[in-house]
This record gives sequence, structure tokens and C-alpha cells, in this order.
Amino acid sequence: MAASKQNKLINWIDERFPLSSNIKTHLTEYYAPKNFNFWYFFGSLALLVLVIQIVTGIFLTMNYKPEASLAFASVEYIMRDVSWGRIIRYMHSTGASMFFVVVYLHMFRGLMYGSYRAPRELLWLFGVGIFLVLMGEAFFGYLLPWGQMSYWGAQVIINLFTSIPFIGPDISLWIRGDYTVSDATLNRFFAFHVIALPLVLLGLVVAHLIALHEVGSNNPDGVEIKKKKDAKTGIPLDGIPFHPYYTVKDLVGVVVFLIVFSVIVFFAPEMGGYFLEANNFIPADPLKTPPHIAPVWYFTPYYSILRAVPPILNSQFPGVAAMGLSVIGFAFLPWLDKSPVKSIRYRGNLYKSWLAAFVVSFLILGYLGTEPSNVWGQFDTSTLIVGGADRATVVARIFSVVYFAFFILMPWFTKKDKTKRVPDRVTG
Amino acid sequence: MKKFVLVIGLLFASLALANEHVKLDRAPIDPNNQASLQRGAKYFVNYCLNCHSAMSMRYNRLMDIGLTEAQIKSNLMYASEKVGDTMTVAMPKADAKLWFGATPPDLSVEARARGADWLYSYLRGFYRDSSRPTGWNNVVFDKVGMPHVLWQLQGQQVLKEDEEHHSHQLVLDKPGTLSPAQYDLMVADLVNYLVFMAEPYKQQDQRLGILVLLFLGLLLVLTYALKKEFWKDIH
Repeated sequence: MAASKQNKLINWIDERFPLSSNIKTHLTEYYAPKNFNFWYFFGSLALLVLVIQIVTGIFLTMNYKPEASLAFASVEYIMRDVSWGRIIRYMHSTGASMFFVVVYLHMFRGLMYGSYRAPRELLWLFGVGIFLVLMGEAFFGYLLPWGQMSYWGAQVIINLFTSIPFIGPDISLWIRGDYTVSDATLNRFFAFHVIALPLVLLGLVVAHLIALHEVGSNNPDGVEIKKKKDAKTGIPLDGIPFHPYYTVKDLVGVVVFLIVFSVIVFFAPEMGGYFLEANNFIPADPLKTPPHIAPVWYFTPYYSILRAVPPILNSQFPGVAAMGLSVIGFAFLPWLDKSPVKSIRYRGNLYKSWLAAFVVSFLILGYLGTEPSNVWGQFDTSTLIVGGADRATVVARIFSVVYFAFFILMPWFTKKDKTKRVPDRVTG
Repeated sequence: MKKFVLVIGLLFASLALANEHVKLDRAPIDPNNQASLQRGAKYFVNYCLNCHSAMSMRYNRLMDIGLTEAQIKSNLMYASEKVGDTMTVAMPKADAKLWFGATPPDLSVEARARGADWLYSYLRGFYRDSSRPTGWNNVVFDKVGMPHVLWQLQGQQVLKEDEEHHSHQLVLDKPGTLSPAQYDLMVADLVNYLVFMAEPYKQQDQRLGILVLLFLGLLLVLTYALKKEFWKDIH
């Protein structure tokens, strides 16, 4: 009785909207490779963090005041006087950093298993788009608490545009809406943060998922499961329906993630100054520059590259361009990788060494970006070539070169690499 | 490059004056010591709240450190009438700027910006310096605008140069009404309170956090069992 009523309702909807067919295409009859490992949790976790950010963001917007003289106090009001306000705010600030944690791990998975290779180039490009928008979203959002780091971080980054030849100064003026970061800047950053970029982000996420479900998921073996199908059913032999198998598996990942997330939210929301910087508990003061301005940790690798590039002809533009390229570089991977295999499991030591060097560069540049460039002192003035230079700057320059070499030399080392034979079917 | 970043940053800026190379003393504070927090609240209201506001802090939050509404009203509220009011000061900002060179900062979340150790060292780091307009300087905050409000209690320190170690040392020149040990205890109480005021709900949230983690731990067992059950037949 109840079942037939339910069927009737579903039939009624299906005649008007493709409900059942969509559930089939994207869940119950979307066949994912059965050999996903640990690295395949981070896609669904990124979606979870997106939902957390949107929901907590909506509630924050209800009490936040995007006005220069009220913004700082309104955040503290949320923290003290709004019911559950602290939890919501810490979830949002922790979510921002955790978004980058899961997205970086998700991207690293792509690098390891060649997930950007044909036929997944567009899927990868949508992903790079999501990454870019996410960086913008984080940057605009970081101004809103209107603390000293919010203010001076925005000041420094917007000033970078000044170095663009000819039109630079006008561009940064246009972005700020004023000659200095001010209430006008705060208002427009609020608009970008709460509506403009989230809309683009959601659109790109949908496109990313549609592209994924069109071409099918890659897997740790880099084998196309669609090449070996059951003769009768046409289902990939190594595929299992996403629902229920991966929904229940991802659920375990979600709970483990939420445990880590809650430990941070409830016990260490500042994460030692990496998620919430101490200086940001001082209200923005346009007349007082903090002695050391550092971006939040997820921007520091690119910031390090910016600082590492020396000015040419008194122009800072090369550094700014290098920083832009270091982010955009990911978009070219599908065409730079000439290896006959996708997965790191069947690649040779050459690619593995380069990937390791890239990850090490990324981490070292990331660390150096959080510190002032004199953090390791200077080389002795009698040292050859680098005499008198900041040690950290020299190190950052070396690793910036390694960072870009990974992209530029990729066609060469992926072709030259000794690969192993790829099996026909996925292994365990 | 760093220069460039700084130069564009400095466009509208004055020099930052904080001295970063001073070794800070560890603040001996205990967030569970209610007596210490209550003493700290008293010192804060008596000595700090004349010039420094705490605009985000409501008087009735002091009930969280074991005070009753009546106690708060009769002992700690000089500037306000309603116990739900925030801790404001009567001193106009423009006057304050004229007198001290800078408006005394709001102290609601100062402990989160500076850290307990900085505050503890700062409040014990004042010394006589005739070159300063207030006659006071500070080893942690060079050329600070704030005079030494607690000098009658601590006494007057001077900075003595140690020729042997090429360093400077604070020496008590004229003792105050408190012994150095008593003064350190008083500052510890005050810092304890400032840390509480910066995050008055921290303890409560951590108790909630433990419940949340227990729930998630249970959920982990259930979801893992569910996954195992579904994946039995996948090889």
C-alpha cells in the first residue's frame, strides 16, 4: 500500500522531471572503480566543506556588519552574544583552511594517478577553475573580519596589481574603489565573498561533477574500467555502483574528517596562528603597518615565489607574473605530460623523483612564505655569489626554480621515464 | 622583494614600534582558578578600565567566574548602570589621543593578539626613562605611550647596562607598596583575567567539544560497521 503510493508519487514526478533517471546516472548506476584508496576521500570531503562554508556563511551574514567602523566589533559580537555564534564562526574560519587542505590533497591525488590525462582534461580544467575561484573567495573573505592582517594583507595583494605595466595603478584603484583599502573596499569584497564567487564556485562544481560522471572516475592504477565490460549487462567488470558502495565508504571518511575538524573548532581554532593570526585580533588601523605581513598559510607557496623573483628594470611585475604562473601552471598539465602511462604505480623513478621534488618545493616555499625573508639570517659577505644575501631568499629562489622546472621539463622527463607495463584490469 | 612589499605597505604608515627581540617570561596563569580570575577582574576594573575599554565584554559575563549579579553591581561597576552593559570608558577618544599620543586600545581581545606571556612581561617591564614624555619606557614595548599605571605598587625600575654580557637588566630602584613576588602574583591574576575576557566561553566550548567527539566516535564505529557490511561481497 505504502510502496505503491510511493511509486505513484515517483511516477508522477518522473513524468515531469527526470528524477529516477538522474539518481541512476549519478548514484545507483554510476559505476566507479572498485579499487579507490585513501586518496579518493578528498573529493567528497571538498563537497562537504563547501556545504559547511555555505551554511555557516549564511548564518554569519545574519549578524555580520560589512561596514568599516562596525565589522571588527560585529565579529566579536557573533563570538559572544549570538547563540552558537562562536561555533558557527570557528566552523567557517576552520572550514576555510580545511577547504585548502582537502583540495591540495585532492590535487596531489590527481598528480599521482594522472587523473588530468585524456579523456579527463576538461574535468581537470574545471577543477583548476574551482581552485582559482576558491583562492579569490578566501582572499575576499579574509578582509571581512577587518583585523590588522585582513587589512594589510588586502593592501599588499591589491598593490601587486600596481606593478602591471601601464594600466596597473588604475587597476588597483578600480579594485579598491578608493586610494587605500577602505569601507568601499570592504563593501565590495563582502559582495564578492557572499554572492558573486559562491555562484561561480557552485556552477563550476556542478560542471566538475557532470564532466566526472561523463568520463568516469580514474583510479590508482590509471586503468580505464570502461574498456572491459560485462558482455551481457554492459557494466564495467571493475566497476561498482557509487551508491551504496561509495556512499557508505565516504560516510566513514566524512566522520573521520569531522573528528579532525571538531578537534580544531573546539580546542585549537587558531591552529597556532596558522588558521587565525594573532595580529587579526587587533582592529584594522590604516596608520599602523604590522612589522611582518604574511598571507594565510594556503597562499604562502605562491607568495614565496613572488618574493623570490628579483625586480627587473625596477619593476616588480616579473614576480607578480611568476606568482600568477605558479597557480595557472596546473591548467597545462594534461598537455605537458607525455608519459604512455597515467598512474605513478607504473611510472619510473624519474617521474617519481620530480614529483617528490615538486612536493618538497611546495612545502618549503609554503613555510618560507609564513616567515620574514631574514628568518635564517644572511650569508657571510665573503661567500661566493650569494655573499650578504638573505639565506631564506636564496633557498626560496632555488625551490622556485624547481617548482617551475617540474612544469617546464615535464614533456621531457615523462617521455624519457622508464615505465612499467600497465595491467588490463585494476589490481586490488 | 621584501623591501618592495614593505614600501608599498608603508605608503600611509608610521613605524611600528614593538620590540620583537625581548625574551618573554612565561605567565603563570590558571584558567580554572576562580579566585585569581576574580582578583584579576577587580584589578582590571580599578586600574585598566579608566582608559582602556572592553567594548565586547559585558559585566554580567563575570558571573562565569563565580561572581553574583549583586557583587558585580556593588563592587565592579563604576561606569555603567545595567549589568548587561559592555565595559566602556568615559574618556573621549580625541582627548586620549592628545594626552597619550595614541588612543588606548580596546582590551576585549588583547590577550589573543598579544598572548599571555607578552602581557605578563609587559606589565612587569616598565622602567624610568627621562627621555620619554611620560617618564616611562618599557622593555617589551619600546617608546610605549602608556605611563606605568601600577608604579605605586611595583615601585620604580631602572634599566642597568650589563657591560660584561652586553645586555640590559631591570633593577628595582625604589620599592613600591608590594614586594616583587607580590607584584608578580598580582600581574599574573590580571593577565589571567585578560585571557579569560578574550575568550570567556572557552572552557564551556571545550566541554561541548568532548561531547561532540564522543558522539562522532560512536558514529565512526557505526559507519565503519555499515561500510564493512556493504563491502563484504566486493573482492
